[in-house]
Amino acid sequence: MESETLGQIFIITVLSSNFVLAMFLGLCPFLGVSARLETAVPMGIATSFVMLVASLCSYALNVLLTHFGLEFLRLIAYIVVIASAVQLVEMVLKKFSPALFRALGIYLPLITTNCAILGVALFQTARGYNLGQSLAFSLGGGMGFALALVLMAGVRERMQLSNVPSVMQGTALALMLAGLLSLAFMGFGGVGVSR
Amino acid sequence: MSTSTKQPTNLEEFLEGIWRQNPVFVMVLGMCPTLAVTVSGFNALGMGLATVFVLVCSCTLISLLRKLIPKEVRIATYIVIIATFVTLVDYIIQAVSLRLYEALGAFIQLIVVNCIILGRAEAHAAKHPLLPAVLNALGMGIGFTLGLLALGSVREILGVGKLFGISLFGEHFQPWVVMVLVLPPGGFFVLGGWLLLFAWLAKRKHPHPIPEGEGATAPLRVIAEKGAQHGK
Repeated sequence: MESETLGQIFIITVLSSNFVLAMFLGLCPFLGVSARLETAVPMGIATSFVMLVASLCSYALNVLLTHFGLEFLRLIAYIVVIASAVQLVEMVLKKFSPALFRALGIYLPLITTNCAILGVALFQTARGYNLGQSLAFSLGGGMGFALALVLMAGVRERMQLSNVPSVMQGTALALMLAGLLSLAFMGFGGVGVSR
Repeated sequence: MSTSTKQPTNLEEFLEGIWRQNPVFVMVLGMCPTLAVTVSGFNALGMGLATVFVLVCSCTLISLLRKLIPKEVRIATYIVIIATFVTLVDYIIQAVSLRLYEALGAFIQLIVVNCIILGRAEAHAAKHPLLPAVLNALGMGIGFTLGLLALGSVREILGVGKLFGISLFGEHFQPWVVMVLVLPPGGFFVLGGWLLLFAWLAKRKHPHPIPEGEGATAPLRVIAEKGAQHGK
């Protein structure tokens, strides 16, 4: 992992091992919020932002916990930090941009239970990324999540105009579409890997 | 989530999660572990059992503490309780089967954010005494495990021609054209296929459409809304 440059990590996380479509992280919001484009975009941005904050916090936290030899508390500490980060983002948004806050509405607290956020924290620890790599990883993860969400919303909006058998409607259709998108993203396999 | 007005019996509490409210096929909750680890029956079983353990233990504790936990911080409390048990199960799996531990990887720790557990804690364990809460959690856990097994075995049989590592079709099995079944897209397709089957069965039984809003994040959204109200 040492040999990966920051750009490689970023590209790989956005495309070939996309958080949603290749690693199955953050599927609940992916299926829940992707019905319309106007909710998908703010959700993607908010999630990316929280992901970045959570990644920074958990990196610092991991250094601290390792220093004191308390690795077994890692999971509990991470989840508390993420919940606080979401709360913080919520308060900051409410104070500085009430319009965006209202637009995001209930999706903000939902981010806490988004496994992509905890996934970023856990994977960056497991892979031993340093600060720069962690940042690239979380930025890529957030972008990848937003990209998948927006693509999916676009496809689903189209689907509303088409004549779908009634049995197929709802989650089954969404999953099939996600499968097709995932298949398409497999085409990126190998992108960013240096031979 | 149960809308019945009369008090359900213990048996009903137990059976609810296995069939009527199956977390995988009916509520479509906790899909990240569902899709990510079900490349084989063995992984699916391991993940299912780990989730059962965490679900039952945390629901027991939450049900016992339900009078003590202040309303304002209850979600945070639940999360910490769940995270404690997940850490426990993480170390147990590492000690018992290193092979399973390596196969599941970070997804053991990601049980924390499995919506089923938080959903059960909030919607059931926090409002019911010990026995029904435990039975319901156990039923949900078993339902979840069955769902994982259904996915995992289909993907393993069609993808590599094995079940629990035992070759089913002998030497001459050619991996299917749908080799993708063990790759990420296969997870989506197989779960989609199962959902389609159930939707078709439901439609044959009751020829009127399923009401809107019962899909993926409906229960989660309720939690979030409640949380937001209390947070203010």
